[in-house]
Amino acid sequence: MLSRRIIPCLDVRDGQVVKGVRFRDHVVMGGIVDLALRYRDEGADELVFYDITASPEGRSVDRGWVERVARVIDIPFCVAGGIRGVDEARAVLHAGADKISVNSPALERPALIDELAAAFGVQCVVVGIDSLRDADGEWHVRQYTGDPAKTQALARRTLDWMAEVQRRGAGEIVLNCMGSDGVRAGYDLQQLRAARAVCDVPLIASGGAGTMAHFRDAFAEADVDGALAASVFHSGSIAIPDLKRHLRDHGVVVRL
Amino acid sequence: MAVVLVDAGGTNIGSVRYALQRLGVDAALTADPARIRAADKVILPGVGAAGPGMARLRELGLVELMRGLTQPVLGVCLGMQLLCAHSEEGDTACLGLIPAAVGRFAGAPGLRIPHMGWNRLRAKRPHRLLAGMGDDDWAYFVHSYAVPVGEYTLATADYAGEFSAVVARGNFHGMQFHPERSAAAGARLLKNFLSL
Repeated sequence: MLSRRIIPCLDVRDGQVVKGVRFRDHVVMGGIVDLALRYRDEGADELVFYDITASPEGRSVDRGWVERVARVIDIPFCVAGGIRGVDEARAVLHAGADKISVNSPALERPALIDELAAAFGVQCVVVGIDSLRDADGEWHVRQYTGDPAKTQALARRTLDWMAEVQRRGAGEIVLNCMGSDGVRAGYDLQQLRAARAVCDVPLIASGGAGTMAHFRDAFAEADVDGALAASVFHSGSIAIPDLKRHLRDHGVVVRL
Repeated sequence: MAVVLVDAGGTNIGSVRYALQRLGVDAALTADPARIRAADKVILPGVGAAGPGMARLRELGLVELMRGLTQPVLGVCLGMQLLCAHSEEGDTACLGLIPAAVGRFAGAPGLRIPHMGWNRLRAKRPHRLLAGMGDDDWAYFVHSYAVPVGEYTLATADYAGEFSAVVARGNFHGMQFHPERSAAAGARLLKNFLSL
């Protein structure tokens, strides 16, 4: 039986792992390879690395650390940040990443998703979506969230975009609910449930984990395939082995 | 021991190579028929689609060579599917070394395609490739097409029904999951292959 995945997210900036609150005010958490190894040892199922400044700065992800991670890590990892074309994606995959994730560049040019799926297969192609509920009561997509000064609110509705990226070849969707991100008050279950209803590929919850019960709720109530979190793992407030035992004791299938 | 990775364009070649390095083996990446023929172990990695995968082997002139190999061969993920007779993906004739037809996971309510994540392995029959396997071995899968269970099946996993996770026929072996990304269990399976 397929297990639910626990996925630490490492935001990368200038070769280090950083974490901000509500996507702002980043502080350095540690070295990329050190943290990757620590999470592997603790039983993380997968790692996601976001080069958070690549897209706003208009540059591609640095491949040097991708290769360093690939050499030492024996669990899957996904790399995101400024991948704008098939060649850049190929370089990151050849450096050893298992999947690539696109977000802002896919919003600039949605055909990028089709091109990546055609070149590498849908199983390599993750689409990240940053989403926030607006005054009209609808969830809308945000672009360039790595830099608060450049972040843009789009007219595009989150659920419409989810349907479109699947048609184009997304093999997995990471939905980052920005309203709950960084404040540890729980995943946005309402939005995740709405997303699940329109998502036939694996769906990963992101934004808001503060307690072990929050993870359990995301799996039990929103039926997500994986739960991504950063600060609770970086700070040590939740240890992955404890979290997995908690989930198992509450009937969630996990790899232990 | 000479181990070669057949360079058929799979994007996971780097990862497989690093996994072998962690086991102390420096595998050469090659499409050279002479080097492949002379190797002690041959690994066919693969990520992508069956059609382009077979087209690449044909372009490189490796189809007949692969069929004629007598040393232990391991296909990983798409590499395993290419060892089979046929794939529904792009209606592709494959190498025909494992008598199986690769089919797409049938859609079922709530069944997400691709099958992506860690799934539990179940040994079906004893084989040196599975040495040390326990009841709690998990492996990392990423695929939309699967090999049905048959006499060639060594281990299965369950995703709305059993499918082949590890296969073997003669000197040809396959793993549907990514041993290079399956933590300690994957490393042990690769090590077992190297000691065949």
